[in-house]
Amino acid sequence: MRTVRRALVAAAASTALIVAACGTSSDDSSSSSEEPGTGGFQPPDLQAMSSLGDGEGQLNILAWPGYAEDGSTDPKVDWVTPFEEETGCDVNVKVFGTSDEAVSLMKTGEYDVVSASGDASLRLIAGGDVEPVNTDLIPNYKDVWPFLKDQPWNTVNGVNYGVPHGWGANLLMWNTDVVKPAPTSWGVVFDGGSKYSGEVTAYDSPIYIADAALYLMKHQPDLGIKDPYALDQDQLAAAVDLLKQQRQNVGEYWSDYLKEIQAFKSGSSVVGTTWQVIVNLAEADAPVKAILPEEGSTGWSDTWMVAANSDHKNCAYMWMNHIISPEANAQVAEWFGEAPANRKACAMTANKDHCDIYHAGDAQYASQIHWWTTPIAQCLDGRTDVQCTDYSDWTQAWTEIKG
Amino acid sequence: MTLSRPTRIALLVALIVGLALVYIPLLVVVVNSFNVDATFAWPPDQLTLEWWRKAVDNTGARDAIWTSVKAGLLATLVALVLGTLAAFALARFRFFGRDAVSLLVILPIALPGIVTGIALNNAFRTIIGIELGFVTLVIAHATFCIVVVFNNVIARLRRLGGNFEEASMDLGADTFTTFRLVTFPMLRSALLAGGLLAFALSFDEIIVTTFTAGAEVQTLPIWIFNNLFRPNQAPIVNVIGSALIVLSVIPIYLAQRLSGETSGGRI
Amino acid sequence: MTATTTEREGAGGGVLTAARRGKRSVSAFLDRSPRVRLGGLLAAPFFWLGVAYLGALAALFISAFWTTDTFTGDVVRSWTLENFRTLVHEDVYRTITIRTIWVAALVTVVDAIIAFPMAFYMAKIASPRAQKLLVVAILMPLWASYLVKAYAWRIMFSEGGVVDWAFNPFGIGSPGYGLTATVITLGYMWLPFMILPIYAGLERLPNSLMEASSDLGARPARTFRTVVLPMAFPAVVAGSIFTFSLTLGDYIAVRIVGGTNQLLGNVVYDNIGAANNLPFAAAMATVPVVIMLIYLWAVRRTGALENL
Repeated sequence: MRTVRRALVAAAASTALIVAACGTSSDDSSSSSEEPGTGGFQPPDLQAMSSLGDGEGQLNILAWPGYAEDGSTDPKVDWVTPFEEETGCDVNVKVFGTSDEAVSLMKTGEYDVVSASGDASLRLIAGGDVEPVNTDLIPNYKDVWPFLKDQPWNTVNGVNYGVPHGWGANLLMWNTDVVKPAPTSWGVVFDGGSKYSGEVTAYDSPIYIADAALYLMKHQPDLGIKDPYALDQDQLAAAVDLLKQQRQNVGEYWSDYLKEIQAFKSGSSVVGTTWQVIVNLAEADAPVKAILPEEGSTGWSDTWMVAANSDHKNCAYMWMNHIISPEANAQVAEWFGEAPANRKACAMTANKDHCDIYHAGDAQYASQIHWWTTPIAQCLDGRTDVQCTDYSDWTQAWTEIKG
Repeated sequence: MTLSRPTRIALLVALIVGLALVYIPLLVVVVNSFNVDATFAWPPDQLTLEWWRKAVDNTGARDAIWTSVKAGLLATLVALVLGTLAAFALARFRFFGRDAVSLLVILPIALPGIVTGIALNNAFRTIIGIELGFVTLVIAHATFCIVVVFNNVIARLRRLGGNFEEASMDLGADTFTTFRLVTFPMLRSALLAGGLLAFALSFDEIIVTTFTAGAEVQTLPIWIFNNLFRPNQAPIVNVIGSALIVLSVIPIYLAQRLSGETSGGRI
Repeated sequence: MTATTTEREGAGGGVLTAARRGKRSVSAFLDRSPRVRLGGLLAAPFFWLGVAYLGALAALFISAFWTTDTFTGDVVRSWTLENFRTLVHEDVYRTITIRTIWVAALVTVVDAIIAFPMAFYMAKIASPRAQKLLVVAILMPLWASYLVKAYAWRIMFSEGGVVDWAFNPFGIGSPGYGLTATVITLGYMWLPFMILPIYAGLERLPNSLMEASSDLGARPARTFRTVVLPMAFPAVVAGSIFTFSLTLGDYIAVRIVGGTNQLLGNVVYDNIGAANNLPFAAAMATVPVVIMLIYLWAVRRTGALENL
């Protein structure tokens, strides 16, 4: 009896160990780990589709909130159902809150197409999670503004990896009944935050460190920050200190846009970073206003990308064509509150001034926004005398900041 | 019991206060399901039946409930079988590693859910290489439901002792007949209590589910999680919550009646 | 199958078909060999839990010794102690761990204090009919969704919510979202898990013991202290296993009512989800596992495991 038991236990233990050792495999297709960065890495060798076939009948979309509305938030806001009817591709939408979530969700392989911001797109490309996009197969691509095409965050070594969706900036929102006088600077959430202690909110992602760096760039020039994503150890430490100070005044961090809306509505948050879509939704029940502060802001320029292992690539291409079509692009740009990628969309927005308000065709204006991008060791501002901190340093710092 | 009157009264007060604490938040949920204000200001100014009407039409919620029921039933079934087998093994035999096995059974529920969740997620995706979906969900749920059934059955088996089975076999019944005619009827109520608790655990489980259900599988807790903060849907979440509270009386009461035991089963 | 029926006298005079004879011989074989019986019983659960589940856990903890390529997020299988080194050196993880243990301990104590009188009343004073109803009353909240309850507490703690409304007359307001709110909410969630084991344990405590104690001259307080408490202690500990373990890994309630606070579960969740750093998440996950294993080993001696 005892020997049988012992043998069984030993067998189980060794099986478990063998199983464990074989598992948790690393992705074979990722070959690079030395110099990731714009132009500094070799993406895996994947081919774009050469021709389009029939729809596969299904599509799993991974999107920023407000990008793929199917009528469930507001019955009048729906550009997914027309797409489903037209193409026969049945759509499932999964919404994520931060670029990090987007990257890790894409790695599960369950999604076919993703709207990636600049701080996710290169990581997805380098990891082999997305494949190049053959823009010839997307008729609406030719109407996209030229300054959005072939940019460092969506094109590597001359190969296009996606289709521009639109772009915008992170704004400062406040409750007009509580926050007086109306703020004009990010200072109200940083140095001036103690006035609203416990009711400040901030974006819950390590990328928010760039916002602090941007503030320091304008208010403490002797730190020498030129690019909020290129921070050496000292500059990162300064940003971390600023954020730790801010932490004293923060009531809640948000990554779920709905949580921020609810917090502003119930009054538990009164000032903080936001997206235009949040302002639009919160306005209905709370007195809020938002501006782009005088220091400028971080922002995002989003790209739709196709999963490398997707089973529904035809539907994916059809979706990409649909979302940048003038009608749909106009709808999503107005709903979310961003500049559309397709210049023909400007004629189709309900508010005729929409494109002017968002500086849609203004390449000069766009160049002032500090797009979300992944910080890497090779300094993005061109410095070669120091090593910059990379995203894992930022992630670690973020945990430390929240405490 | 020789307890003085003041002590009895004090204990009764404690019981009432405790029950009040337990039910006040539930009351808030029920009242809010009738609250006109979608941000749930308190006290509510106006009451309305609109959310209940909308909830009935809400296909997302209905599908989610159905998925949860299916997953719960399957997981409970698996747990019933495996839990009973393990309980028999531990109650009727002495063997090396007995304590280890009993610890093993408790582990999925003693370890934090997130650990079980990410371990299984990792195992499914990278080791076995299958895609997450309904099956992986059922497997994950069954894993932590086993202990609930196990506890109930082993408690019953210990109380019963082996005499009935031996008597039955002395009278000529073989192992299977004995099980069918003697053991099983005596275990029935323990199985029922364990099964009900297992179902309840699975029905309300969110953490392990987040990691092991596929993108298309939406159980009720996942649906609630996705809709908790949505302005149009949050009131419907309250409606669902209220409905669950009220409806749950039925299975619990049934279990109580049928089990004959007053301890409500062992968790 | 029954084409040829050989009649044979079985014990008791029944007719045995070939099928039943086969069954009998299998049954007889099983009767004679306890090892096979045991093996048959244990095979399935052992495989499921011992190999599959333990294997998954082992795989997870092995990955704690690996690292990720931070740019692509892919796991790189090079052996390193880096993750554990970070856990030990960075203060924040120690702070979070201690904070989590504190919250778990507080939740356990609060629950034990609230649960014991309730369970005592239910077990010793209530009539059998009332007992049944009370158990139903205790179990009902378990069926209300965890998320709905947490969200209800969020609303209750908000400005102008129920807690404000109830306590304003006394001059204090809602504690807002933070650790206090987290302890209250988690304490609320796990209360049934504490009440039930204590109730079961107290039920098993024979009334005659308490009567004997008072016959021997002990006043109720002494009886309670020296007879009831020690015997109910394993049951309380059994309940505490649940409250402790459930709190140790919780990350949802904290996000709903905890304000800016992070607990262990959040770090693990953020690392596996947002940061896509499975090795680090696994390393962090070893902390609650080790804590629970130590706790389980420590309480083994109190007999709490029998009381689950």
